[in-house]
Amino acid sequence: MSQISVTRSTLLKDLRMEWRSKDAINSMLFFSLLVVVIFSFAFNPTAEESRQIAGGLVWVAFLFAAVVALNQTWARELRNQVLDAYRVSPAPPNALFLAKVLGNFLFVVILEALMAPLFVVFYQLRSVGPVWQLAVVALLGTWALVVNGTFFAALSIRTRSREIMLPLILFPISIPALLAMVDSTTTILTGDGTPDFWLKMLLVYDVVFTLVCLLLFETVLNAE
Amino acid sequence: MTGTDTSSDQPVIVLQNLVKFFGRFAALRDISDTFARGRLYVVVGDNGAGKSTLLRVVAGLMQPSQGSVTLLGSQNVREVAHRIGYMGHAPLLYDELDGMENLRYFAGLYGLRDDDVCRDAMRQVGLDPELERRVGQYSQGMRQRLSLARAVVHNPELMLLDEPFSNVDVHSARDMATVLGRVRDQGKTIFVVTHQAPLMEPVADEFVHMAAGQIVARETMPRAAGAAR
Repeated sequence: MSQISVTRSTLLKDLRMEWRSKDAINSMLFFSLLVVVIFSFAFNPTAEESRQIAGGLVWVAFLFAAVVALNQTWARELRNQVLDAYRVSPAPPNALFLAKVLGNFLFVVILEALMAPLFVVFYQLRSVGPVWQLAVVALLGTWALVVNGTFFAALSIRTRSREIMLPLILFPISIPALLAMVDSTTTILTGDGTPDFWLKMLLVYDVVFTLVCLLLFETVLNAE
Repeated sequence: MTGTDTSSDQPVIVLQNLVKFFGRFAALRDISDTFARGRLYVVVGDNGAGKSTLLRVVAGLMQPSQGSVTLLGSQNVREVAHRIGYMGHAPLLYDELDGMENLRYFAGLYGLRDDDVCRDAMRQVGLDPELERRVGQYSQGMRQRLSLARAVVHNPELMLLDEPFSNVDVHSARDMATVLGRVRDQGKTIFVVTHQAPLMEPVADEFVHMAAGQIVARETMPRAAGAAR
């Protein structure tokens, strides 16, 4: 069986299960909404201040919200020990990993698309730089979060306090990506310079960590 | 060429000096044995005897601490994974999907895309393929049946079943045992770990007794001994 067909069927299965339960997307939406509203009331920033802080605020909100989805990803596979059924099958381990990454990527991108208008309204955001570059940052940044997040969530599934373990492992390793996301977003919003360096850094980060995760996933999946 | 053996006179499972430690506790202690093709083995023993651990090591879900397992002529279980069916203690099913959706997904992992294969597997264990109820709403007996269907959907040569009758009523358990007997009659090798040995007596070829991490006795059933003669 091909990697592509197993990735596709696993992704469709996960989307169907999420559509029915809405566990991940509801939790992520609720969490992000709280961050938007609470920080808006707490700081009440001007338009110029918003452009300076929005990069950090937006990405920290999405990072924390993504952790909710990432924990759900493998929790589904642990109920009824379904992961064992995958492990004894001849299906390629990386197909499972890729399907999980693509599913999480989709969930977080949907969340970002839904939350972006709210950020604009609550923080009176008007981008000075080209808006399309924000979309590039969002896609590259989201991939960086979910590829590492999915991998480390898999790594922590057999630990006792996996909900705590995931952020403890994920956040430090995401610092370079987070720095690139925040700085490139702020650069685009304020129009001060170009985000080229940060975008290249994000791209390299994505490629390197995707390859490393793919190389190591089989070991993680079969770890006792 | 995969290097795997397909000849009918070779043992399906060869265990050599198998040892499994959990920390300092030895769950399996130096097990060496062979198991022939086309027979139904029932593994029995007290709690903690090492039955489930043995099954998980044979299925490749656990690595032995020492020794080796040769399955269908290969020491690499992934090479022969498509020829093995495994049913765990837990149902290994998605509660959020219905029976056919579950089977369709798991059949896909074995490269099967034909819905008829899934329908046949469901009918074989006495479930209705048209039932659209989600597995989360199934009774325990229906879950076990579906779990069995999942393990046989790709028509494996070797089936490893861990407590297939747990939480199943006696009538359903007898039906499942009959299904297993029929599958064995098709030339498949079946390993059943169970605490309900009497249920398997009518169909079993051999009882494998385990105690303290070792195989302490093998008892061939008169029916199987007669068949062998």
